[in-house]
Amino acid sequence: MKAKQRLIVAVLVLGLLMTGPFVVTSLLVWLDMKEAERTLLTNLLVSRLPVGTMMTLFGFALGVGVLHKLFKQYVEGLLRMAETLRLMLGANRNFRVTIEGPPEVQQLAQAANDLAEQRDVLMDDVDAQIATAKASVEEEKNRLAALMSELAQAVVVCNLDGRILLYNNRARLQFKALSQGPTSVAGGALIGLGRSIFSILEKSQVDHAEEVIRQRLSSGKTAISNFITTTRGGQLLRAQMVPVLAASGDEGEAAMSGYVLTVENITRSIEEEERRDQALHSLTQGSRSSIANIRAAVANLLDYPDMEPELRERFLRVIDDEVAKRSQVIDQTMSQFSDAIKTRWPLEDILGIDIVAAAQRRIDDKLKLPTKTEEIDDALWIKADSFSLVFALVSLASKLQDHYEPRELRFRLTSAGKLAYLDLIWAGPAMSSETFYTWEMESMQIGSESSPLSLRDVIDRHGGEIWYEREKAAHRAFFRFVLPVAVPELESEPDERSRGKGRPEYYDFDLFKFEDKSIDLDRKLSDLTYTVFDTETTGLEPSKGDEIIQIGAARIVNNRLLRQETFDQIVDPEIPLKPESIPIHGITEDMVRGKPNIDVILPAFHEFCEDTVLIAHNAAFDMRFLQLKEERTGIRFTQPVLDTLLLSAVVHPNQESHKLDVILERLGITIGTRHNALEDALATGEVFLKLVKLLEDKGIVTVRQALEAAEKTYFARVKY
Amino acid sequence: MTKKILIVDDEPNIVISLEFLMKKEGFAVAVAGDGEEALTKVASFEPDLILLDVMMPKKSGFEVCEALRADPSKAGLLIVMLTAKGRDTEVAKGLAIGADAYVTKPFSTKELVARVKTMLGIV
Repeated sequence: MKAKQRLIVAVLVLGLLMTGPFVVTSLLVWLDMKEAERTLLTNLLVSRLPVGTMMTLFGFALGVGVLHKLFKQYVEGLLRMAETLRLMLGANRNFRVTIEGPPEVQQLAQAANDLAEQRDVLMDDVDAQIATAKASVEEEKNRLAALMSELAQAVVVCNLDGRILLYNNRARLQFKALSQGPTSVAGGALIGLGRSIFSILEKSQVDHAEEVIRQRLSSGKTAISNFITTTRGGQLLRAQMVPVLAASGDEGEAAMSGYVLTVENITRSIEEEERRDQALHSLTQGSRSSIANIRAAVANLLDYPDMEPELRERFLRVIDDEVAKRSQVIDQTMSQFSDAIKTRWPLEDILGIDIVAAAQRRIDDKLKLPTKTEEIDDALWIKADSFSLVFALVSLASKLQDHYEPRELRFRLTSAGKLAYLDLIWAGPAMSSETFYTWEMESMQIGSESSPLSLRDVIDRHGGEIWYEREKAAHRAFFRFVLPVAVPELESEPDERSRGKGRPEYYDFDLFKFEDKSIDLDRKLSDLTYTVFDTETTGLEPSKGDEIIQIGAARIVNNRLLRQETFDQIVDPEIPLKPESIPIHGITEDMVRGKPNIDVILPAFHEFCEDTVLIAHNAAFDMRFLQLKEERTGIRFTQPVLDTLLLSAVVHPNQESHKLDVILERLGITIGTRHNALEDALATGEVFLKLVKLLEDKGIVTVRQALEAAEKTYFARVKY
Repeated sequence: MTKKILIVDDEPNIVISLEFLMKKEGFAVAVAGDGEEALTKVASFEPDLILLDVMMPKKSGFEVCEALRADPSKAGLLIVMLTAKGRDTEVAKGLAIGADAYVTKPFSTKELVARVKTMLGIV
């Protein structure tokens, strides 16, 4: 019941209360009276009725007045106060209740105002704290960004899926210089937020390094791992991996949530190292022979003084000859190698037993061949590049399996002075040493995985030796790896991580929550990775032979348009340009001739778009051009495509135009030049980001919903 | 009976000294300039001991040694490896594949002669 209705009821009740008892009493008296009495009373009353009525009406009016006043002050006053309180709660924090009305209401208003005051103080405090926290996070971010960009090394941060979360400029430059494949034509976009590191580094090596780190973490050692890898172009990279540890709630060890890779191109230093080795070699090993020759000749001359003059002459000539040769070698070496820098193939200290365990695991996994261990020196540390060494062991096992089908393999690890003996033992027929020499020189292979290195390379890298030996009595044979023993590392100092729980202090990015990027249509529009692109063409009719002359594209990751990770390439259409189209796109004959043709560019562009949803304005037009090249290049774009023209029509169905310029103006986006493929792609990207919010208001949240809504618009019916 | 020694080395400057030395010590001496020649000379000359250089063209000393050790009829042949490779790992390999002694260049001729004589049982 509304307040007004209640007032009316109250007035009625008041009226009844004032007249009711009198009327009822009168009725009862009236019924009890005789005829004569009634006439007498009627006469008496009628003459005084006006006075009574007047009094009653006056009393009633007074009562209504009081009631109305009470209603105004208490009911309506409180209702008004409630509205004001709502306002204070929501729209306008600074609003206050006006102190008015009866004292009780005033007290209530005062109490409400006090509460609001208290709340404001608290909220301001919270706001201030949030602002401080934000500022310090921002400062930390900036500090980290500055630190990373100043670093001379390439730094890349990845999550456990190998997706790149952060990288510095140095990394971009380095990988750009490295990129060999088609991507290099457009600036080598191999590296980019959300892209996979495995397009740059060998996955198996990164996995191996990750495993080493886990092992070291679980045994409480400094978690760090090094590896060397070769790129497709034959460059040598040295990578160092340290883990990023997630904050763990309980006392247990922190889980690894990603890793930081520092990558250094050591091709040149390795070349220098090789030269230095040669120098050392020619100075030592070369000298050994020469000095042996001289020494033997001198000894003969001394020991047999009575030899014939002719022989004496020959020995003297040997000495003269060798001394002259050595002098020359020393001069050459000194001039050639004086500036060689010392860089070593980094061997890490590792427990021999860990190598054996890793090899056993991989043999079991890859070859399904059972392995056992015999005598194992479990305290033996060796100096090794564990990846290549394990690879060598497994590839030998694989060769044995192919040639001799042993039922099982055994490992033995012993030491002799400064040397460690790692034996791979099997029972079976004898093999010829020629066979083993071929095995030694061939590049290694495990199933489909192959290595550019040969077994000999691995052995040389370790400064070790390998041979084949038979144990006749036991009817079996073994390969013996001889490796240098390492001095065991000192007990690591108390780990820094255990000093304070929680995450490290110097960064606080939420990037590690990044999920896997395979395209799921039911994911939110704001969560996906996109490639926005645009093409310039010789004309508007792809089916009548018009060709692409420029492709521009940029990426959207985590709801941000990445202006640095772009694709911008002019394409030679291999047909003459139409003169009337030149003013539109501003690309002239001179600019296209000699540029790569679509056969080269399309694979590069395809790689750039990998794992992303495509976005274009009037996408059907651009997609038609791409599709017409499918047969010729074998490149297919199978990912979902969103069209900003259609999405704009979904959001603003009553607008007449959905041209890019018009949308830009409507959404308040200002950009520089237009009709350059990259600029248009960037503009389209900005439009898309605005549209995502507007679509959300219409309840269109996922990619699937966006695709369905777009399909229903009028514009979707236009075909090319 | 005169003991026979085969000298295998591709460097004439050491061969000349070794040949002179061993002849002076009363051995019958033959010379081979590379690994393959060494194997034919072993067959024709039938030496009691072979001074075998490791670094040679065609077949290395290691390969020659392994080939000789694979032939049971040559079980009694003594093999002394001479090498400019001085690393522990290579010494270990030489001995493992069946060399009887491993001498690193440069060496003392007196010690070499003494070693050869001990091995051949002439003291």
